[in-house]
Amino acid sequence: MNFWLIQSLNSMALGGLFFLLSAGFSLIFGLMRIANLSHGAYFMFGAYVGLTVLRAKGSFVLAIVAGAAAVVVLGGIIERFILRRLSGRVLAQVLVTLGIAFIISDACLLIWTGDPIPLPIPQALRGTVRIGVVAFPIYRIAVVGLALLVAGGLWMLMEKTRIGAMIRAGVDDMQMARGLGISVSKLFTAVFCLGAALAGAGGVLGGPILSVYPGLDTDMLPLALVVVILGGAGSLVGAFVGSFVIGFVYTFGQALLPDLTYMILFIPMVIVLALRPRGLFGRILT
Amino acid sequence: MKRAMAILGGAVLLALPFFGFAGDYYVNLSSQILIAAIWALSLNLLVGYCGLTSLGHAVYLGIAAYLVGWMTSVMGMGHLTTALLALAITTVLACVFGLIALRASGLGFLMITLAIGQIFWGMAYRWVSLTGGDNGMTGLTRPAPFGVKLTAPVHFYGFTLAVFLCAFGLIALLVRSPLGSCMRGTRDQPRRMCALGHNVWLVRWTAFVLAGFWGAVAGLLFVYYHNYISPHVLSLTNSAEVLLMVISGGAGTLFGPILGAALVLVLKNVVSAYIERWLMLLGVVFVMIVIFMPDGLVPGIRQWWVGRRATAKPQRGGE
Repeated sequence: MNFWLIQSLNSMALGGLFFLLSAGFSLIFGLMRIANLSHGAYFMFGAYVGLTVLRAKGSFVLAIVAGAAAVVVLGGIIERFILRRLSGRVLAQVLVTLGIAFIISDACLLIWTGDPIPLPIPQALRGTVRIGVVAFPIYRIAVVGLALLVAGGLWMLMEKTRIGAMIRAGVDDMQMARGLGISVSKLFTAVFCLGAALAGAGGVLGGPILSVYPGLDTDMLPLALVVVILGGAGSLVGAFVGSFVIGFVYTFGQALLPDLTYMILFIPMVIVLALRPRGLFGRILT
Repeated sequence: MKRAMAILGGAVLLALPFFGFAGDYYVNLSSQILIAAIWALSLNLLVGYCGLTSLGHAVYLGIAAYLVGWMTSVMGMGHLTTALLALAITTVLACVFGLIALRASGLGFLMITLAIGQIFWGMAYRWVSLTGGDNGMTGLTRPAPFGVKLTAPVHFYGFTLAVFLCAFGLIALLVRSPLGSCMRGTRDQPRRMCALGHNVWLVRWTAFVLAGFWGAVAGLLFVYYHNYISPHVLSLTNSAEVLLMVISGGAGTLFGPILGAALVLVLKNVVSAYIERWLMLLGVVFVMIVIFMPDGLVPGIRQWWVGRRATAKPQRGGE
């Protein structure tokens, strides 16, 4: 019983991290039709920046903010000066986002060296909390809580605000949105920066659980892709559901069938693709 | 005339390693470039001619290489049977993967191929009893076709060159055949092709399987060259690398993937001996190519060449 409860919490925490990673990826993909293959590198870069800030200042909140901010600046520059010129050219986008991922990961290796470094858990969230007979690590509960908070915030943003309505309009019908006078160009930058910020913050938040190491980027990118295929591109609800499904499959797969973890991870994706190629909550993107 | 010059130049370039003044290092590098070129040419069938961007092409190279390694070392089978079986099994797998991946096109296709690649990477990495896990398989041997041992770099280069010329010729024939035209048609105007009565799905699937087959051929050469195989071969980085070879050289051109393969391998092998940060350099090169020649090197250079001549001509006419 303990095993199941603890692993469920771990799955939820991991799912929360996946959500932070893939929500931005999904929105960027849905709105701009760009598969941002440097998203995993953003996650890793955010985590490393957070690590440095944490060492210098000792504040975890500050580390999250710094990680997100650093990635936003980087993402904003990339979007404005490079991706902007390449709209509609899928191959060039793939080449450039992968190239940027290479640059980021090699730069991180240069600056922070190759050793895996776990981020220290903030003082206030160390230890465990007992619920009944099971002791849950507080930090993981906090991660789940924060992910739910972000999900709620994003949902409010998308459903209840003017900007959210504009983004949804852009995802559904870009030309019509333009025709209605929505500045799609500004919207692109805003969404790209939002996605980058989520990835950067997710990296810092995941640091104590996953630790930071070279290769974290290529570990996270496929997971983001799987989540988005499962949930459907451009759908926030899809990213949410997909993240937690993959969180559970990944955690229990690793605990029960360690040899086949990766294969198990992709089974839900293959099933969804066979039955519903657009993903659980996706729409058909033209 | 220009064409003859180009063919002659290519022939001289390909024959250079036989003259022995370059040393084993460059002969081996040439072999590696040709192997990568076959691999990139196979992917180009999908990416360049069908417009299907695959990020899982390492699967075919890796599976074929692992099959050869497993069958020769564990099962103790002969090289010819092993090679034929590995090609057959990999091609059959490509048929199956095609059924799954072609449920989608565009970026969906990219993600599915990536996922398939990750499944097999995970298998190679985790299924230690079968694949040797992270240590991979070592101590494999090169075949000896017609009694010629391929241990010397020059002999292996000759073997690789023969396979490369074969692959290049057949792929060139394919893309100029009616099927090749159909492939380009489904890339540019799938709906019109459908309206014209072509089975778009079948054309794509055929290309997918052929790409898998030639990828497996590259896999055989790869494992013969290295005599060693590890899960890294199946990694996302490797799939990305071959895709980048195709795109940077020029997708949808015959020579682009070859140039791209040469570019990546020279950067990787030669430049990495002098600069530690070659991966960053590779990234910078890709970003530069996208900014200055978004269609890839071969189309980019061709355009630049034509543009230069166009501006040079009127001056000459005025004299």
